[in-house]
This record gives sequence, structure tokens and C-alpha cells, in this order.
Amino acid sequence: MSDDNETFDLDVLREMFKSEAYELIGELENALLALEESPREKDVISRVFRALHTIKGSGGACGFDNISHFAHEVEGVYDAIRNDKMVVTREIINLTLAARDQIAALFDEVYKHTTAESEVTEQIINRFRSLLPQGAASRTKQPAEPAPTVQEPQATYRIRFRPARDIFLTGTNPQFLIDELRTLGTCRVVAQLGDIPPLEALDPELCYIYWDVILTTTKGVNAIKDVFIFIQDTSELTIEPIDIEGGLSEDDDYKKLGEILVERGDLSAADIEEISSEQKRIGELLVEKGLVNNDRVEAALTEQQHVRGLRKERQKSEELTSIRVQSDKLDKLVDLVGELVTVQARLTQVATEGTSALLLTIAEEVERLTAELRDNTMSIRMLPIGTIFNKFRRLVRDLSQSLGKGVDLFMEGAETELDKSVIEKLHDPLVHLIRNCIDHGIEMPDERQALGKARNGNIILSAAHSGAHVLIRIDDDGAGIDTEAIRRKGIERGMISADAELTEKELYALILAPGFSTAKQVTDVSGRGVGMDVVKQAIEALRGTIEITSTRGEGTTIILSLPLTLAIIDGFLTRIGNEHFVFPLSLVDECVELTAAQSHKMGDRDLLNVRGEIVPYIKLRERFAMEGERPSIEQVVIAKVDNVRVGFVVDHVVGGHQTVIKNLGKMYKGVEGVSGATILGNGSVALILDVPRLIKTVEREETKT
Amino acid sequence: MSKTFMIVDDSASMRQLVAFTIKDAGYDVLLAENGRDALEKMARAKVDMVITDLNMPEMDGITLIRELRGKADYKFVPIVMLTTESQEAKKQEGRAAGASGWIVKPFSPSQLMDVVKKFVKEREQ
Repeated sequence: MSDDNETFDLDVLREMFKSEAYELIGELENALLALEESPREKDVISRVFRALHTIKGSGGACGFDNISHFAHEVEGVYDAIRNDKMVVTREIINLTLAARDQIAALFDEVYKHTTAESEVTEQIINRFRSLLPQGAASRTKQPAEPAPTVQEPQATYRIRFRPARDIFLTGTNPQFLIDELRTLGTCRVVAQLGDIPPLEALDPELCYIYWDVILTTTKGVNAIKDVFIFIQDTSELTIEPIDIEGGLSEDDDYKKLGEILVERGDLSAADIEEISSEQKRIGELLVEKGLVNNDRVEAALTEQQHVRGLRKERQKSEELTSIRVQSDKLDKLVDLVGELVTVQARLTQVATEGTSALLLTIAEEVERLTAELRDNTMSIRMLPIGTIFNKFRRLVRDLSQSLGKGVDLFMEGAETELDKSVIEKLHDPLVHLIRNCIDHGIEMPDERQALGKARNGNIILSAAHSGAHVLIRIDDDGAGIDTEAIRRKGIERGMISADAELTEKELYALILAPGFSTAKQVTDVSGRGVGMDVVKQAIEALRGTIEITSTRGEGTTIILSLPLTLAIIDGFLTRIGNEHFVFPLSLVDECVELTAAQSHKMGDRDLLNVRGEIVPYIKLRERFAMEGERPSIEQVVIAKVDNVRVGFVVDHVVGGHQTVIKNLGKMYKGVEGVSGATILGNGSVALILDVPRLIKTVEREETKT
Repeated sequence: MSKTFMIVDDSASMRQLVAFTIKDAGYDVLLAENGRDALEKMARAKVDMVITDLNMPEMDGITLIRELRGKADYKFVPIVMLTTESQEAKKQEGRAAGASGWIVKPFSPSQLMDVVKKFVKEREQ
């Protein structure tokens, strides 16, 4: 903890304290004189104590360490008197009066710039100390300086935190403490719900939950203890190190589940012996037999995973072996997995319709395996995006030189992985965007200098995961986009009417429209007739989106959002009439029923009241002009796109569905709102909804009317 | 809506020091000179967290904590006491009365905020 980030001015505080300081000295004197009159009066002793106490506290807060320290010493004697360890004598009063004068002198030194003799302080302190009875002297130690934070080796701790049942009654929310733990490092939390009583026995003011946490941190065990400092006496808290960097057990594997449970004291060794004679997953067995509850097994498994992951990570750099495989073999593999997923869906369907429990079990097993196979196959196809990022170094260098500009390229998140086919198709659009940055964005060195910027411009290329998407950002610190120029050009080209009121976002969207170029002159680099519309098409072909933001004079940011994979996604299956529709599960927030009471109409807009929040919704049945009777109860699937929640009305919600994406073919290229199709278990086809596009289309129609 | 803090201390500069830091963090602040003053003010306004000194005339901090914990409105509100090294016994008494935590004087603004953060979270968004 450093003091250099003080958020207020110490001088202001000292000035504020000035009048109070002299008041306190006056009060101390009066109290002392009163004490001389009645040396046994408790109230008077308290007055002296309080005056000294406040001088110490507030003085310390103002940074008068010498005064605070001095008052602390004197206060010690009065603490002893209050606790009947000493009696007030004339000597003590005389000495305290001398101390009061010295405190006044010390304040004068600060406020009136006189000098105080520091030896006097020492003398008085020593005389006070000699007065203190044995045993009371120990309290005169000054508060310890906060220890500087030392970088400790990375270690992993197993923490079990069981707050006192009545923790809420002391105004503490255990959730905040867990949150604070998360700030210390990589953290996995499993809440243990086993102690929650049935509803009728539950007292809502008590806390029945406890937590198992696995934390990997470099802050050391004391930092963890500090989190729980106020409740360590009342709560049950165990912190055990289970893995330390540079420790002895560098196996990349970690303890077996049973061992962990025994170590945690959740299970006895004898139980394990008995159970392991049977051949089944130990966790399932233990829960079945009622030896430990599910949450605890969960917590132990979490620990196992966490440490195994950690150790693997550590070894990775040393023994990263690989084999080369032709990419068409991989493509074939993905196709096969796709077929398998489709067949599995059929199997599941048949199994659920049938009556055979055995078949159902097998179907579930196949489903689990297929999902695992799918994830593994997909991960094989994943490549770090750095493979194309690195190609841009040369591009930036050559381009900036030929234009006479200085440009530094920075890259972040190069390790972010993306499907191979997405990466390949991303190359050209990125080249185009970076060219634009250097050509239109970054100014000439002299121009930059005149604007007070560094002569060299910066381009930052970064990639990061965000749900089922990867975000790729291109930031530059160049001139930014001239929205007026765009408007003029837009009018010139007849793309917008002269009196159109466009938002900034809409103006930027114009850049992406076909046949738009604002470069003042055609250069060798960009402005070859192919514009940003080509980039936009390429990104949309990847089912991605492109977003431009810019501040004039400060730079431009372009964000590409791309799906992780083009082949198989987790979908959310719904039904309207006899047709099925799939939402990408990553976009689905929640489902609610559509009730007349909660839906309103505002102009052309349908609005739904979801727990007090107003959510606009789109009736897909109307949107797709589907015939047929509406069911009495309709469902609303609420999707979240760019932090905006929009509802979609469907007849029925079917549930999660592994969705193998099939292209619709050229005939349907122009269809808005549908991004592909998939084959269901019964062989029929379901359309995959392009949710962001649907929303945009509806928004556009609304603004037109 | 921003959260409101009640700061109780008989020393004006101590109140200001704490108020400064809390306001700086974007919270609203009410001030009281002693326990009784605080109780009266808290009966009229809703307070989300209390920071109180222990040694005060009229009504001390321990009594204030006890009184507050007896009121339905303040049963679960975080209450942090300002203590000094010499007040170990008082600290225990405060905890028994229902205090949530403590800060040892003298302290720096960042130390104060570290403690406050344990009890109050601004709602996200």
C-alpha cells in the first residue's frame, strides 16, 4: 500500500485541523485542572483520555507523526488509570500538563513556524514510561508499518470458507469477500449448498452456504487472510497450499479425486478402499452411496482440473510436440463429425420416443461422446491468430516507407485461437483495413508533430475472445474519420438525401456501403475502386460483423466480431407452426412467456415488460409471414446483441441443440435474417436465425416509416 | 442511486478526513458528532454504511452499534469502527455488539477504501 496516491491534499486537511487542534489543547488543560480537583472522578479521567486520544488520531491522520506518537505515550498512562491499574497523582498531572505544553509547542511549530525542542518530548516520554506499571508497557509499541507487498512464488491454495450462520447480522456480505478473492489471481469457486435446510425450516436471515475455492496467486497466503480479516474469528476458514511453483511434485498429473476428498476431510480412507473395488467413476459412486454430496465432489474435481491445467501449462513450453497433417484431412474429419452429430440427434430422438431405458442410456452416452469429439475436432482446427498478424509487420513497414510515414505496429492477443478457415478468409480484409489505416488514418510526420503527436503513428492490432466470438480490433492514433466529408460524399453519390439527419454510427456505416471512397486522391495503396464494401462482404460471409468508431483528431477503431467456428455451434431450437428455427445459444439470454398483461404497443413497436425492464420484441410468425393458428401461450426468446436485449416470439421452445451449420446455397444468398440451415434428428431442416441482422432489418424498417 | 455513508466522530477533522475520502470515491456522506446525533439523523435518512469512532461524548460508538443492530432498517448494514492500537478490548466489545469491521487509526485514504470495498459494491452497469 503506497501513500503516493493520496486522493486529497494533506495541507487542506491540516488547515482544517488547526482550530480543532488548539481547542483540543485547551480542553486537555481544562480536563487536567478538573482532574486535579477530583482525581478519582471517572468522567474526568475519560475527558483527559478522550482529548489525548483525538489528538493522537487526528494528528496522525494529518501526518503529524511526532505529535501522534507523543500523545500515544501519554494516553497509555491514562488508559492504565481508567482500568484501575494506576491512580492519579500530583506528579502525573504535572507531567501531563508539561506534555500538554509540549504538544502545544509542537502544534505551534507547524502552524506558527516556531521551533519546539524535540528533546523535551523524549524526556517526558521517558518519565511517563517509568511511571507505567510492569506489563502495561507492552502496549506502547507503535502500530506496525504495513508490510510492503512482496512478489511471492505462484502458489495454489485450497480455501474452505464457511461463514458464521449469522454473518449477515454483522453487515457482511460473504459474496463480496469471494469477489475480493477473485481479484488476487485465477480463482475457481464452488458453492456448497448441502447445508441449506428445506424451505419451511429456512431462516432467510442466516447464511447456510459455504464455499470451496481454489486460488492460484502470487500474493501469498497473508493476502488471502487479509480478505477475511474481520471475520476470521467467527468464521471457519482453512487455507492450505496444494501446489507451489518450483515445488517438488512437478507431475503434470494431479491427485486422484478420492485422495483429494480424503485430504479435505470430506471422506475417510476406509470408505475409499471399499468403493474403489467397484469399477465405475469414483465421483458418481460416492454420491450414489451418499458418502459425500455432489457439491463436494464438484469442488474436489474443480481442484483437480485447476491444478492439472496449471501444471500442463507449465510444461507446455518445454515439450510442445506436434505433427503435420494435410488440412484437407482435417476438413474431412470435421465433415464426418458433422454427420455424426446429425446421426446422434436422430438417435436421441428415436430413443426419447421409444420406451427402452437401455437405448436411452446409450443415446445419452453417444451424445456426450459426440460433444467431446466435436470440441476436440474443432480445437484441432484452431490456429493462433498470430499466424496472420505476423505477416502484417512487413506490410506495415513497406507501406509506411513508400508513403513517407512512420508507423509502429503493436500486436496483442496473438495467441487467440480461431478456426483455420476463418483465419484464412480474414487475411484479405485485414490487409485492406490496415492499408486504409496507414493511407487515410495516420498523418505525415510533420503534420503529426504540429498537432503535438509523436512523429510516428501507432497501429494496434489485437484479438480477444468474447463468448462464442473473437473480437479483432484495429486501433490507430491518426486523424480519425471526417464525418462531414462522408456526409458530403454520401450526398454527392446520391446515397443519402441532402437533408438527411444521420447519427455518427449511420455515417460510419456509409463507408461500408458499395462504391464509397473519401480519399482526396487515388493512391497506389488504397482507393483502387474496391472499397470497404468488399471488406464488409467478406466479414459477413464469415457470419461476422464490422463496427467503426472514430474521434476526429484522435484516431479510429475498427472492431471485427467473428464466430469461433463455421462448422458446428451450440444452438437453441424453437418451433413456429411446423417449422423449426435455431438461435445461436451464445446470444440467448432467457425465455419468458408472452402474456397480454405484459406486452404493450408503442407506435409500431411491440414492447414487453420483463421484471420491470422494457424489452422490444419481434413476432417471428409475422416476420416470416407464416400461416396457421397461434398457440394460446407463445414464448419469447430474449437475445442479447451488443448489450441490447430483444425478444423473439416463437410458438414453442424445444431446447439446446448441437447445430451443424449447412450453407443455404446461392439461391438464398439474399435472404435477410437467416444465416444457414441444419438437419434435425428427424431429418427435417431447421433454419438458423441471423439474430443481429434480423434486429437491424426491423430497426431500419421502423426508422423508414 | 449513489450509496450514503454515515460518518460519526466527535473530532471535526477526523470526520472531514473520512468524508473527503468517501466523497472522493463517489458516495454521499452524512456526518454526526456522536452516537445520539447519528441515531437521530439515521432515523430520517436511509444510510448504506456506517463508519463510527468509539470514544465519543453523549453516546459512544459501541452503544450506537448496539442500538442500530436492534433496528430493522439497520440490522444488516455494514458498520466499521475507527479504533486505535490501544483499544483491543473495545474492539472485541464492538464486534460482540455487531460491528462488521474496524480500521486502526491513523490510516491512509487507500487503507480506508480497502476496508470500505469489503462491504459496499456499486452495482455494475
